[in-house]
Amino acid sequence: MLLVGATLTSASALTYARGDVRFLRFGYWTLLAVGLPAYVLMRIGAEWMASREGLNDEGASEPAWLVIGYIVADLGLLLFVVALVAGGFGIRRLGQGKGSALLRTAMILTIVLLAAYVFAVWAMAGKPD
Amino acid sequence: MVLDDWILAFHVLSAFAMVSALVLFWILVLAVRDVDTVDQTLAYGRVMRVGTPVVMAGVVGTILFGVWLAVALDRYRLWDGWIVAALLLWALGTWAGMRADAEYRRPVVRAEELRAAAHQEGQPGELRALNRSPAGFRMHTISSVAVILVLVDMIWKPGA
Repeated sequence: MLLVGATLTSASALTYARGDVRFLRFGYWTLLAVGLPAYVLMRIGAEWMASREGLNDEGASEPAWLVIGYIVADLGLLLFVVALVAGGFGIRRLGQGKGSALLRTAMILTIVLLAAYVFAVWAMAGKPD
Repeated sequence: MVLDDWILAFHVLSAFAMVSALVLFWILVLAVRDVDTVDQTLAYGRVMRVGTPVVMAGVVGTILFGVWLAVALDRYRLWDGWIVAALLLWALGTWAGMRADAEYRRPVVRAEELRAAAHQEGQPGELRALNRSPAGFRMHTISSVAVILVLVDMIWKPGA
């Protein structure tokens, strides 16, 4: 929930920044300072729950919702890191009047991540066969 | 997935929407504490406007789908202690959240007035004081604590 909230805030700030440097920084730092620790917490919590419920035991069946959760978490991390790197370079180049394309990339990736998280929550709550 | 599974999924998605919006509002509450300009206040106000429909969807969805599940599933009753506690906490959280929203809307309205009057800045410290809003902070804290207690209640279902 913290991760989704941080991603929502970051995506909204980057979308509505309208070139405002301070606001672009706010969007990026929200992703880095709130989103990244939230991701680590989510991943540790998810692994702990899976281990406690015996979902990772040898021979245990892998339900679709668990597979969806892992795919979104792991592929999501890749997108998350790319968004952070692109946003980081974008923020550094803002002083030279550049970096807007990189920040737009970070914005698009955060929106994609947000959609993926909503899908994962739906799958993990509804547990489709 | 049968209908009840879909309802449960929407109930959980609504809870995610509510808490995600609360997180968004917390980030904004902390970020605007030193903001004293019209432009910055309006910029943060635009992000606040994203959070408002999200939190409303969460508030309406959690109660609607939650009550549906309590009525539809044989193992739960609407008058079970943990469900009554959740309903009361939900009401407290919603009331406090609405009060917080009204408080944090004031600096945005004032900034819009200043912009309409072609003043880029109000009295020094005026917008900062409105953005800091101790009453808004208090209400947002109450709302967040109530929502966290609802989550704890929903996950552990004491007495169920």
